[in-house]
Amino acid sequence: MRSAAPRPAESSVGSVAGGLPGAWIDESIAARTSLENAIILSNVSRTFGRVRALDAITLAIPRGAATALMGPNGAGKTTLLKLCATLLIPSAGELRVNGSNPVQDGAAVRSHTALLGHDSHLYGDLSAEENLLFTARLHGIPDAREKISDALGRIGLRAVARRSVRTFSRGMQQRCALARVLLQRPALLLLDEPATGLDVAARDILYEIVHELRRDGTTVLVTTHDVGECLAICDSAVILAEGRVAWHGPVSAGDRDVLERRLRSAAAKDS
Amino acid sequence: MFALLWKDLVIELRTKETLASLFLLGTLLLLVLSFAFDPTHPMREQSAPGVLWVAIIFSGTSAINRSLLRERENDCLSGLLLAPIDRGTIFFAKTAVNLILLLTAELFLIPLFIFFFNLPFVSTVVRLAVVAPLATLGFAAIGTLFAAISLRTRAREIMLPLLMLPLATPLFLAAVEITRDLMSGANYAQVSHWFKLIVAFDVVFLVVGWLTFEYAVAE
Amino acid sequence: MKPSPTISDRIAPAAVILSMMAALYMVFIAVPNDAFQGPVQRIFYVHLAMWLPTFAAFGIVGLTSTLFLWTRNRRWDHIATASAELGLLFCTLGLATGCIWAKPIWGTWWTWDPRLTLTLVLWMIYAAYLLLRNLATDPNQGSVMAAILGVSGVVNLYLVNRAVYWWRGIHPAVVVTKEGESGLTDPMMRLTLMVCLLAFFLLFVWLLRLRVRTAHLEDDVDELRSRVLAAGV
Repeated sequence: MRSAAPRPAESSVGSVAGGLPGAWIDESIAARTSLENAIILSNVSRTFGRVRALDAITLAIPRGAATALMGPNGAGKTTLLKLCATLLIPSAGELRVNGSNPVQDGAAVRSHTALLGHDSHLYGDLSAEENLLFTARLHGIPDAREKISDALGRIGLRAVARRSVRTFSRGMQQRCALARVLLQRPALLLLDEPATGLDVAARDILYEIVHELRRDGTTVLVTTHDVGECLAICDSAVILAEGRVAWHGPVSAGDRDVLERRLRSAAAKDS
Repeated sequence: MFALLWKDLVIELRTKETLASLFLLGTLLLLVLSFAFDPTHPMREQSAPGVLWVAIIFSGTSAINRSLLRERENDCLSGLLLAPIDRGTIFFAKTAVNLILLLTAELFLIPLFIFFFNLPFVSTVVRLAVVAPLATLGFAAIGTLFAAISLRTRAREIMLPLLMLPLATPLFLAAVEITRDLMSGANYAQVSHWFKLIVAFDVVFLVVGWLTFEYAVAE
Repeated sequence: MKPSPTISDRIAPAAVILSMMAALYMVFIAVPNDAFQGPVQRIFYVHLAMWLPTFAAFGIVGLTSTLFLWTRNRRWDHIATASAELGLLFCTLGLATGCIWAKPIWGTWWTWDPRLTLTLVLWMIYAAYLLLRNLATDPNQGSVMAAILGVSGVVNLYLVNRAVYWWRGIHPAVVVTKEGESGLTDPMMRLTLMVCLLAFFLLFVWLLRLRVRTAHLEDDVDELRSRVLAAGV
């Protein structure tokens, strides 16, 4: 019942945890596996003081797949996302995101990665349009104004584009953050419980956008507690418990009961 | 980098909160320190430079803290960190913003200082014209680096001065000594060693900040 | 986890105790009174001996902080913390003994002599360093942030030194000759100073070893604790 995905990182077993970066894996293996896999984790751990959020995780996420990260609270889901987004540095182990090492070459990873999380990353004193324009400039996106206008129209914020974000409701801010994803068109999309605070209509737009990006080849990694959401977006799931992979395998619409049972057993083990 | 500058300056122009508080706090400090050091004394040119620089430093410390605190709302700092740019670039951009804010505030504070201490206007402005931007640059650099650090501690507001002021000793001593010497009639050659010290400090902390900012902001 | 004490583990404390005894004997009995300052001058041997560990410690903080940022190896962080703590301890003792010496000799507890000023600035930097570690929201982060301060402190040392010397431009020559002459007139005095320097430096090295080892053990305990918790016992 272990990982069904290819596990290319096995060649690295026995490498020195926490040693000098870069000494991890034969570069040719890394190059070959990074063609198939968007994310490769090899014995990755992350501790926060005494708390071990991720415990020697080895995992590969295939390119173009949509994978749900599930599991009880505190299982390490958000930590894993932040590691991939270069917001956190692993305490030990090695990871590759789209072929680059986030520790050494963070900017390369960030240039094709987008994260949509709990916090909107929006400046309250700027308007929705200005916030998006700022993102576009940071990411060097050409024809920004047209794309911003399109994106705002798509998520239904065009009417309030010039209002300062501070006056927005939580859901509107979340929509605005979604517009940023649309603007970036990333090769890797990281979603951290993306549907929180969204109304039904906005959630449908979110799913629609995810599917659209996937058709263009975007890899999606989404943390969620909602089995329905997992089945709506994803074709595989990883269940984390206590910072380890409890289960990794494909999911399809008929698997609802099986998946829920697996989640319960992971949660039971947790407590 | 220019995107960052543009964003911060637009926000500041819109809210004016940092500049307003910077200017008011600076004025207040000038006032309080004037109580402590008699501004009518014939020897006031000995104490005046200290008063000016203490006012700039303390109001500046809270302004720099404020400008980094702004990035905490909605976790905007993470948004910045997700941009495909080197973190050293973020440091330079933030330093530049803080430098612009501090210099703007000084543009108002220095005339007020001259007014309070009844000093000759033109010659005092000329004497401060070189030392003020140079010292403010180093101050903005070290302030930006350590504000990013103190943001992540439990006692944010107190931590910044505690971390920064001892390290900034050479900067303040040099700024005060240059100002005082020039005001009592020394020429630039006589204070060139202090100028070298300020420039060295600026270079050191721009480089240290550029190299270590990544570690200060990433977890 | 740890092997039984090695030979150097036994030698280190023995060397410290022996050299301390020798230092005490020489300071209080063997060395003659200073012709000008009288018995008060004897504190000077201990006082001067504090500065070698202090500056060694702050140098080590800078070096290991750089290495820690470079390699992310916790080992360097342990050494940096231990050094900063000991450096601050010796610095405090140095300032205290200096004040005690200055009161009868200079007639004041404190003067804004450049050396005193520099030391006080250093004391503030490394006190902030230790405070930063304690106030960090996450210990890993505290280590990294403290390392940045450690690097800044050492890089900045030369500039602080120049600044305070220029600021109090008249005094240093006087101090140097006063201490230099009175300390070195008698060969016995010179020997006493050497023994004191050695004794306190050995003490520093020994304490540093113990402190680093404690830090490693704390890490091991944390590791074991989290393993036990993870195993669900």
